[in-house]
Amino acid sequence: MKRFWIPVLAWIMCIVPSAMAQESATAFVGARIIPIVGEEIESGVLIVKDGKIAEVRATDDRNFADGTVVVDVAGKVLMPGLICTHSHIGGVGGGDGSGPLHPEVRVYDAINIRSSGFRRAVAGGLTTLNIMPGSGHLLSGQTVYVKLREANTIEDRFIHFKDGRIAGGMKMANGTNSQRNKPFPGTRGKSASLVREMFVDAMEYRDKMAKFKDDDKKRPARDLGKEFLIEVLEGRRVVHHHTHRNDDIMTVLRLSKEFGFRVVLHHVSEGWMVADEIAESGAPCSILIIDSPGGKIEARNLIFETGAFLEEAGVLTAFHTDDWITDSRVFLRMAALGVRAGMSRQKALEALTIAGAKILELDDRIGSLEPNKDADFVVLDGDPFSVYTKVLETYVEGKKVFDRSDPEDFLHAVGGFGAGHDQEPYLCCRSHESDG
Amino acid sequence: MKPASVRILVGVFAVHAFACTAVAQVVIRAKTIHTMESDSITDGIVVIRDGKIAAVGTAGSVSIPDGAKVYEAEVVTPGLIDTHATVGLTGILNQKQDQDQLEHSSPIQPELRAIDAYNAHDPLVAWVRQFGVTTVHTGHAPGELISGQTMIVKTRGNTVEDALVREKAAIVATLSSSARKKGDKSPGTRGKMMSMLREAFVDAQNYLKKRNLDDDEKKASIDLKKEALASILNKEVPLIITAHRANDIANAMRLAKEFDFRLILDGAAECHLLIDEIKSAGIPVIIHPTTARFSRDLENASFETAAKLREVGILVGMQSSYESYVPKTRVVLFEAAWAAANGLGFDGALRTVTIDAAKILGIEDRVGSIAVGKDADLAMYDGDPFEYTTHCVGVFIDGEFESGETYKSPKEKK
Repeated sequence: MKRFWIPVLAWIMCIVPSAMAQESATAFVGARIIPIVGEEIESGVLIVKDGKIAEVRATDDRNFADGTVVVDVAGKVLMPGLICTHSHIGGVGGGDGSGPLHPEVRVYDAINIRSSGFRRAVAGGLTTLNIMPGSGHLLSGQTVYVKLREANTIEDRFIHFKDGRIAGGMKMANGTNSQRNKPFPGTRGKSASLVREMFVDAMEYRDKMAKFKDDDKKRPARDLGKEFLIEVLEGRRVVHHHTHRNDDIMTVLRLSKEFGFRVVLHHVSEGWMVADEIAESGAPCSILIIDSPGGKIEARNLIFETGAFLEEAGVLTAFHTDDWITDSRVFLRMAALGVRAGMSRQKALEALTIAGAKILELDDRIGSLEPNKDADFVVLDGDPFSVYTKVLETYVEGKKVFDRSDPEDFLHAVGGFGAGHDQEPYLCCRSHESDG
Repeated sequence: MKPASVRILVGVFAVHAFACTAVAQVVIRAKTIHTMESDSITDGIVVIRDGKIAAVGTAGSVSIPDGAKVYEAEVVTPGLIDTHATVGLTGILNQKQDQDQLEHSSPIQPELRAIDAYNAHDPLVAWVRQFGVTTVHTGHAPGELISGQTMIVKTRGNTVEDALVREKAAIVATLSSSARKKGDKSPGTRGKMMSMLREAFVDAQNYLKKRNLDDDEKKASIDLKKEALASILNKEVPLIITAHRANDIANAMRLAKEFDFRLILDGAAECHLLIDEIKSAGIPVIIHPTTARFSRDLENASFETAAKLREVGILVGMQSSYESYVPKTRVVLFEAAWAAANGLGFDGALRTVTIDAAKILGIEDRVGSIAVGKDADLAMYDGDPFEYTTHCVGVFIDGEFESGETYKSPKEKK
C-alpha cells in the first residue's frame, strides 16, 4: 500500500499547483453568437479560459475538456462587450479655469471609481471605456482607457499599452465649447493659433532635449505637459478631438496634418457634410446620435444619418455614449437608430465593438469574439437592436461583472431608490439651470 | 369696391369648398390598427372625411369610398400626444433669442401665456412630428416656482392660432431644486417655496372675494396674476407641479389638498415611493422621460415607474419634458418605447402617448384614439412603432398628410 501511494501523492502534488494556476474552462453553449469578425453563428459555443476566449465553435458540439464548466445559454445572444470611445463616467474633471491648455493633467487622477455610473455602464453591456475630461478647453488633459473589471482603485481598471504606458489619449476641442472669456480664446482663429503655438513650443522643447541631452546647463527644465505633447507629436498618444461644425472638422484635420499627430474626430455633428474629406484624411470618427438636433448652435445640423454617411465614405466609425449626455444603459439604442437612418447592420454592430477597439488601438485584445482575445462579452436575451432586448450578463476577462438577476445589479440596471446617491452630473459647458 | 371684394371672396370660398370635397376622402389601410378604443384591428381601414375620422373597422366591414386616395401602412396608431413639452418655446439653437420657456424676473408669474411665446416654425416642431407626434401640450418650463401657462397645439400650422387646440391648458409650478435661488433671493429653500405658494393662493382667495363685491369702490381692480391663480382655485385649469423627490411630491399633494385645486404631478421621479398616496388622491402623473438623466433630484428615478403606476390604475402620460442642453427635445415615441420594454408593455406604453395622455389633458373627446367623429390625427409606421429600426412613414393631422421620417441618402448626395 505504502509503495502505491508514494507515486500517487507525487502525481497529485504535481497536478495541484498547475490546476490552481489555470482556472478551468467555461463553455457557454447554445447561444446565437455575433462574433463581429466572422459570420454570425446560429447556435454555437464560446469557451473561456483564464480570462481569454479559448474557442468559438460554429456548432453545438458539446465535447469539452474534462473539468469544463458548461453554461447553457440557449436562446440567448452573445456578442463582444461594448466599447465606448467617449465617456465622462466617474465625475471626471480635467484642466481647470486657469487656462485653455492642460496637457499635463491626467484624467485618471480625478475619477471616482465608486461612482454608480460604472455600475450603470456594465448594466448597459459596456466593458471598455475611454474616459475623457471635458470639451471646455482647447486641450483639457489626458484620457484613460479602462476595463470595467471589479475594482477597488482606478489602477485595477487600467489597460497598458505594449510599451508599458497606461493606455489613453489626449483630449482636445475646438468650436464654441472652448471659446470663453480670457484667458480662453474668443474666436476660432485664436483657438487654432493657440494650439499651433503649443505644438511649436513642444517641438522646440523636444529638439532642445535631444540636442542638449548631455548638457545639464543647456537642457531645458523638465516640462510635464510637453513630455506628453511629444508623445502626441510622435504618434504615440492619439488626440481625441471634440469637433462639431464642418469647418471646425477641417481645422482639426489641417492641424493634424501640419504637426503630424494622429486624431480621432469626436461628435462630428456636421461630419456628413465633409464625409469624403474625412475619409481622405484617414481619421476615424467617434459619433453619437441623440434624440434631436440642437441644444447648442453647433449641433443644429446633427442628424441620425451621420453613421450612414461615414460608412458610405469608408470612414472607420464608432459610437460613443458621451455619458452623461446619453445614458450608458441605452447604448445599444444608438447603433439601432443608426440602422434606422441607413447604416448597415454589420457596420452598426462594429461601431459598438471592433471599431472602438481599433480607435483605442486595442483591437488585438478586444472588440470581437475570437480566440486569444480577452473574454469581454455580453449575454442578451434578444436581438441587439430590439428595444425589448435586455442585457442579462456582462463579462470582463471571463469574470461576470453584471448579472441582471442579482438584486443589486438590477437596481442599477433600471434605477430606483438608492441607485444613484452619488450622481453629480459631469458638466462641461452647461448652466445648472433647471433640470426639471 | 365693397361689392366687388365680396364677390371675389365668395368665389374663393366656393373654389375652396369644392377643392375640399374633391380631396376630402382619404383612406388608410393597415395590417394593424391600434385604435385604443378596443382590441387592435387586423387588416383595417380608417376613412377620413373633412378632417375627422368618418369610419374605422376591418377591411371587410368598411368600404373604401369611390375616388378616395388610399394610403397603406403596416401599423397605424392615433397621432401621438406629448403630455408635457416645451417645444416651440424652447427653440433648437438654445441661444438667448430662441429660449422663451423661462422668465426669471420673478418666481411667480402665472399670467404668462404660452400662445404669446410659441414659434410654430421652430424646427423642433417638425422634428417631433416626423416620429408621429401630432399633439403637444407645451408651454412654460419647470424652473421657477410658477413659471407660466401652457397650451395644447397640433404640430402643424403657420401660426399658433392655426395650431391651437386649447389656449390655456394648465399653469405650471415647480417644487424641486431647479426652482431654488442662490444667495439672498427667494425661494432659497423648500420651506420658502411652499410658503410663497401658500401666500400667493391666499392672496388669490382674497382677490376673488374682493372681485365679487357689488360695491364698485371696494371691488378689486383686475390683476392678471391673481386672475390666473384664481383660475386654478376655480378649477378652470389644473396646476401641474414638477416635483421629483418624494418629499417634494408630498408637498405638492399637501398644497393641492389645502387649496382644493386640480393637481397633476409632473416628472415625479420618486413617485414610486408614494404610490398608495397618489392612487388614493386620484392624481394623474405625467412621468419624466423614461431615459431622463437620473441625477440630482432624479437620482432615484427608475425605468419601471410608469409600469408601477399603471399597475395600480394611476393615469400616466409620457412627456418629452424640458431639456436645457443637448438634446434640445426628447421624442415621446422613444421614451414610451423604453417604458414598454421596462414593464409597461406595448399597450400600456402606447396609452401613455395616446388616450391616457388625452385624458390627463382633458382632450379625449377630440384626440387620443381612432374613433368616428374624432380629429383625423394618425401616425403610420412600417413596423412595431416602438422598435428602434421602425420608421414613421407619415402622419395625418386633422386629415392633412404630413411626411414621416425622411433620411438623407449618402448615395443621392453623390
